Amino acid sequence: MSQVRIPAALIALAGLGLLFFLLPLAGLIVRAPWDQAVAGITAPETVTALGLSLFCSVAATGIALVLGIPLAVVLSRNTGNLRGVMRALTTLPMVLPPVVGGVALLLAFGRRGLVGSLLDQAFGIQIPFTTAAAVMAETFVAMPFLVIAVEGGLRSLDPRYEEAARALGAKGWMVFARVTLPLLRPAIFSGAVLCWARALGEFGATITFAGNFPGRTQTVPIAVYVALETRPDSAIVLSLILLAVSVAILVGMRDRWLGAL
Amino acid sequence: MSLIANVKVRHNNFALDVQLDIDPGETVAILGPNGAGKTTLLRALAGLVPIEGRVELAGQVLEDSALRLRVPTEERHIGLVFQDHVLFPHLSVLDNVAFGLQAQRRPEARQIARGWLERAGLAEKGSSMPRELSGGQAQRVALLRTLATDPRLLLLDEPLSALDVTIRAEVRRELSRQLASFGGVRLIVTHDPLEAIALADRLVVLENGRVVQSGTPEEVTARPRSRFVADLAGVNLLRGKGRGDHVELAGASIAAPDAGDGDVFAVIHPRAVALYLSRPEGTPRNVWHGEVEDIDLHGDRVRVRVKSPVPLVAEVTPAAVRDLRLHAGARVWVAFKATEVSVYPA
Amino acid sequence: MLLVVAVPLAACSPSLNGCSWQGNCTEPRDTTIFAAASLFPAFTNIGSQFQANEVKARGRVVTRLRFIGAGTQMLTAQIQQGAHADVFASADTAHMATLEDAGMLSGPARTFAHNKLEIAVAKGNPKHVQTLADLSRAGLVVVLADPSVPAGKYAQQALSKARVTVRPASLELQVTSVLSKIALGEADAGIVYVSDVTSNAKVSGVTIPDEQNVIADYPIAILKSATNTTAAQAFVDLVLSPDGQAILKAAGFQGA
Repeated sequence: MSQVRIPAALIALAGLGLLFFLLPLAGLIVRAPWDQAVAGITAPETVTALGLSLFCSVAATGIALVLGIPLAVVLSRNTGNLRGVMRALTTLPMVLPPVVGGVALLLAFGRRGLVGSLLDQAFGIQIPFTTAAAVMAETFVAMPFLVIAVEGGLRSLDPRYEEAARALGAKGWMVFARVTLPLLRPAIFSGAVLCWARALGEFGATITFAGNFPGRTQTVPIAVYVALETRPDSAIVLSLILLAVSVAILVGMRDRWLGAL
Repeated sequence: MSLIANVKVRHNNFALDVQLDIDPGETVAILGPNGAGKTTLLRALAGLVPIEGRVELAGQVLEDSALRLRVPTEERHIGLVFQDHVLFPHLSVLDNVAFGLQAQRRPEARQIARGWLERAGLAEKGSSMPRELSGGQAQRVALLRTLATDPRLLLLDEPLSALDVTIRAEVRRELSRQLASFGGVRLIVTHDPLEAIALADRLVVLENGRVVQSGTPEEVTARPRSRFVADLAGVNLLRGKGRGDHVELAGASIAAPDAGDGDVFAVIHPRAVALYLSRPEGTPRNVWHGEVEDIDLHGDRVRVRVKSPVPLVAEVTPAAVRDLRLHAGARVWVAFKATEVSVYPA
Repeated sequence: MLLVVAVPLAACSPSLNGCSWQGNCTEPRDTTIFAAASLFPAFTNIGSQFQANEVKARGRVVTRLRFIGAGTQMLTAQIQQGAHADVFASADTAHMATLEDAGMLSGPARTFAHNKLEIAVAKGNPKHVQTLADLSRAGLVVVLADPSVPAGKYAQQALSKARVTVRPASLELQVTSVLSKIALGEADAGIVYVSDVTSNAKVSGVTIPDEQNVIADYPIAILKSATNTTAAQAFVDLVLSPDGQAILKAAGFQGA
């Protein structure tokens, strides 16, 4: 297999890019108080925050899969103005600053919110400051990544597979479940990983909509922020733990599963 | 059990307008150059493209635009075989063949599928994945997948053109066998005349969205009505106005007996066209001065294309080419006898 | 959450008037003031007074004031990491002491204001909260500042003085966030500074009696990293002067 020689200028720029990512990580690792690391990892607040973060990010990804895949299907099948509007809506959370997203969630689901007020009056349900709120905040900012990845996968799918399935007599649901979905697996996978990673790192929307309370809404990014002011070493340890967990999961993903990631 | 269709499709600048009446047990090949609308026609019959008109299969109306009636593809009980098999890449060969049966909720779908594979000699490939098959095997599996559902209409879109030339013959033979034992209506779409003639009982020639000819392969090639078929049959095809003893063309007149009256086709076999270095004096009435455009070797014959008031292809021997020192750009005289011209109404 | 305000400058003239010995300067000098978030509104007003004074004294604005407001913890961390500032006004003495111990102050810190805690509730007090004990009522959504923030630390002290256990819905990262949650109607009550309640019209205050209350001391100091010491000193003097104190009192603080 012949390989094209990459121009030196490109390599130099790529090196700069890599350095840009590496240096902050190196800073974390070099300045980490390794003697406190073990204590930090096993400290109950750390374990709680980590557990909560993992739970919320996985839950957010789960919701994103259930709602996002159908959304991507509808988006890819539609044409014209309606699709433009829908596409703008689904990618809006990516453009919005997360805190603004959090405020928007409050205005919709808070006690005085559009939907929230109805929930409060009818069922006494209040969403802000709960773990559910943290999950919702993370879903809001992370789901667009999944939708876009799956929609991309759908558009690059050969339409003849579905035509062949229909010609063989398969009805809508069978075509989707047995042909479309399996063929979308790489796109769904890479979309889910992106979504999960984004959800894990979410801060602004979570703190605004769900607040901060250990064990209930204090995810790792918030815990790091709180620790940064009073116990910077603790903050570094926590950051490294999150980093290690993320790297472990990403490295554990096989290349072919990630496909176009 | 027959297919009666009146299909009109309008798409950008393209218009398809075809009437078909096909009985079961008859293999019909839709033959035409690329862009003629063959695949569009097939997809329209399959229900993948909306049409203006009416499609009726085995007495059931599948589509009638006047009544706004349209049976969706999955309920038409048809079989569709694509050019490059389009087997589901994530399912095994067996699961592919069983797919349609499962869609019909047949209780022993996989069992029945296995039976089909065995009868085709592909039993040991059952657990293989499509990407592990050769092109020919994959196409055969695609055919089995469709036949297993017992469709009423079999639509084959250029079934052999994606295959290697060397295995094409073998797959064609098997396809012929399978088609012979298939009881429903069979429609093949192809641009390869050999494929058409080898597989079909009847040819329908499609050009620019319209049927220009229909009949047995022999009938069609004996009296070509289009450039496409003429090229297929290897003859010179000219179109003009019959005037009794000659045919008026755009740039000249051809002497031809029984030229009749009105729009006519005039066919001259290249064997009947002779080339001279100087103006011949003799009985041939049709003589013109022209220039050699190109020279093509076909086995032990040479086809020489000549630009003249009447564009012609002449078939001569290699020796003749050498002796006359023919080359592109050489000035020659072409001649053929009036009696060699066959004229029939357009 | 950072707030930055640069008090605008008037056109500069090529006169040497008002320039320090440091050289031939014709442009207004920058003076950076780090202030705790709760001080921000009051300090901006003091800044305007400062400019007005300069114009009266020298005919033009000489100093450009830059205010940077954030949580006290964040500002302290930044100064420790080497961020440049001329003046630092902290919301508690502990953070100022940290900087003093590290030798980052150019002189002793002076206390320029006090703040007391107050219970913040929605305008009109619809849930009828009267005392700190009411905060432990079931069904009341209470929001406090996180203990890592001075206001949060003081709130915990006040609650233990009153022997009240509260189950807060959230521990906000800035005292101003506590206020906004109440103003938005998401929380029923919270503990903030008196100055915070004064600054927000959508919120009412319920007084906490002095024996349960905590007095927060606000110190101000000039940093060793200051580049414009004259202006820095002038600003500190203004803060401690009757004019400055009046502005602080109007914002809800108690004077030095």
